[in-house]
Amino acid sequence: MEDNKIIYAENLTKKFGNFTAVNSISFSVNKGEIFGFLGANGAGKTTAIRMLCGLSTPTSGKATVAGFDVFKQTENIKKNIGYMSQKFSLYEDLTVKENIVFYGGIYGLSNKEIKEKTDYLVDILKIGDARNKLIKSLPLGWKQKLAFSVSILHNPKIVFLDEPTGGVDPVTRRQFWNMIYDAASKGVTVFVTTHYMDEAEYCNRVSIMADGVIAAMDTPSKLKESYNVKTMHDVFVKIAR
Amino acid sequence: MYIVEVKNITKNFKDTVAVDDISFEVGQGELFGLIGPDGAGKTTLFRMLTTLLKPMSGYAKVLGFDIVKDYKKIRKHVGYMPGRFSLYQDLSVEENLKFFATIFGTTIEENYDLIKDIYILLEPFKKRKAGKLSGGMKQKLALCCALIHKPDVLFLDEPTTGVDPVSRNEFWEMLRKLKEQGITILVSTPYMDEASLCDRVALMQKGKTLSIDTPENIISRFKKPLFAISSENQYSLMQNLLAYENRDTIYPFGDFLHYTDKRENVSTDEIMKYIESLNCKKITVKSIKPNIEDCFMALMEEN
Repeated sequence: MEDNKIIYAENLTKKFGNFTAVNSISFSVNKGEIFGFLGANGAGKTTAIRMLCGLSTPTSGKATVAGFDVFKQTENIKKNIGYMSQKFSLYEDLTVKENIVFYGGIYGLSNKEIKEKTDYLVDILKIGDARNKLIKSLPLGWKQKLAFSVSILHNPKIVFLDEPTGGVDPVTRRQFWNMIYDAASKGVTVFVTTHYMDEAEYCNRVSIMADGVIAAMDTPSKLKESYNVKTMHDVFVKIAR
Repeated sequence: MYIVEVKNITKNFKDTVAVDDISFEVGQGELFGLIGPDGAGKTTLFRMLTTLLKPMSGYAKVLGFDIVKDYKKIRKHVGYMPGRFSLYQDLSVEENLKFFATIFGTTIEENYDLIKDIYILLEPFKKRKAGKLSGGMKQKLALCCALIHKPDVLFLDEPTTGVDPVSRNEFWEMLRKLKEQGITILVSTPYMDEASLCDRVALMQKGKTLSIDTPENIISRFKKPLFAISSENQYSLMQNLLAYENRDTIYPFGDFLHYTDKRENVSTDEIMKYIESLNCKKITVKSIKPNIEDCFMALMEEN
């Protein structure tokens, strides 16, 4: 494995009975990269992400994440990654502060670090008044920004974002991407899925899955060039159809 | 007569105002979109119009019937596809459809024409349990079940959320065909680009409507000249323009930045000159027509 490859997968495959959900995919993601992982519903994205996060054992092939093997070192992987999705992120019945303390504790941060992080997040997210409010009482946009911040609380090498901006208003969606850029500039590798094709343009590189395989992978500008279209939406339509 | 008439309708949940004094009408055969992010009040509004919730104040009529007094009449004539998949997971595709047909006192055969185009895609899986279907298949089955009693008006709550762009196109194609058959459709979505597929839309945010009109009219009311700008390094261009004293708004849109200026009658040349002074390379500046997302963000700022 080369040093700057934070994710490395070779012929990674997952079968469920007779059904091959992920069919021998090979790719790598560089340190600090914003990598867009696109594909139609049912193309195999979620299965692939579950394998990379150490939640599902591959049927065959090999892969390392943050230098750890997805077959044997899943606990090391979990300590070194962050994860957030639209569906599951924070505990709705805990307050903002309680969530931060909980996740900080899970990831082994000291009480002092947790307190510093809490003050820092409350400050940069401008949610001072909401510190002791339950998560379920917050607007979705706030929740998603907070969930992202919590997912990188333990300074992971890589963060997996599964449709983080689904249903979020257009202004917050853009603020969210500012946070992604900020994290990437600090060296965190970002692995993100989205159904918003304008967001695909913000990625350094994009892969598009179709029927369990990676049908295309390159920078957005090279993909548009090679498919001879103007937008990533058009690239996606050409591949997924 | 309007198919749907909503007048000053309001709904609170404790101290949260989910729907705040909303009024609009939908005519026969219209495809009407409620466009807005989560928390805009779309689902609460739909639940009131389908008689599952009572408003706190204001009133609404569906097919001329009052949503509180005449709720039983409304239920016979509307189709409702909730945002969360709510068919019976342990029944097969065919059993679900038959169940809904029976409840409404009809049969699959009687209204088969209406669902034929959609059901054909499900037919190979008709013995499969609904819970075992893929997302796209569930969506199609839910639509069939909402249509099986041949409703006069269809309420579709976020049918395309979390669905990829290609499948979303296919779904809107189905809606267009249903519209051609004379069914009035109200559909909600958080995807701004779907607004252009509706006859008229209500842009919604935090329980209020920001604007109700045809997509073209909403776009034509965008107040300022809008420019799309790109250069070799979009991130530093964005930072520079954020710091620029004449900048009004700037938002990333794919590989362009959408920019409005504080000055009136500013030209592409003037903007170009300024960006050149920043030592940017490969600059493009063009005057563009806004899209619904530009309008939505401008309206969010005004409110």
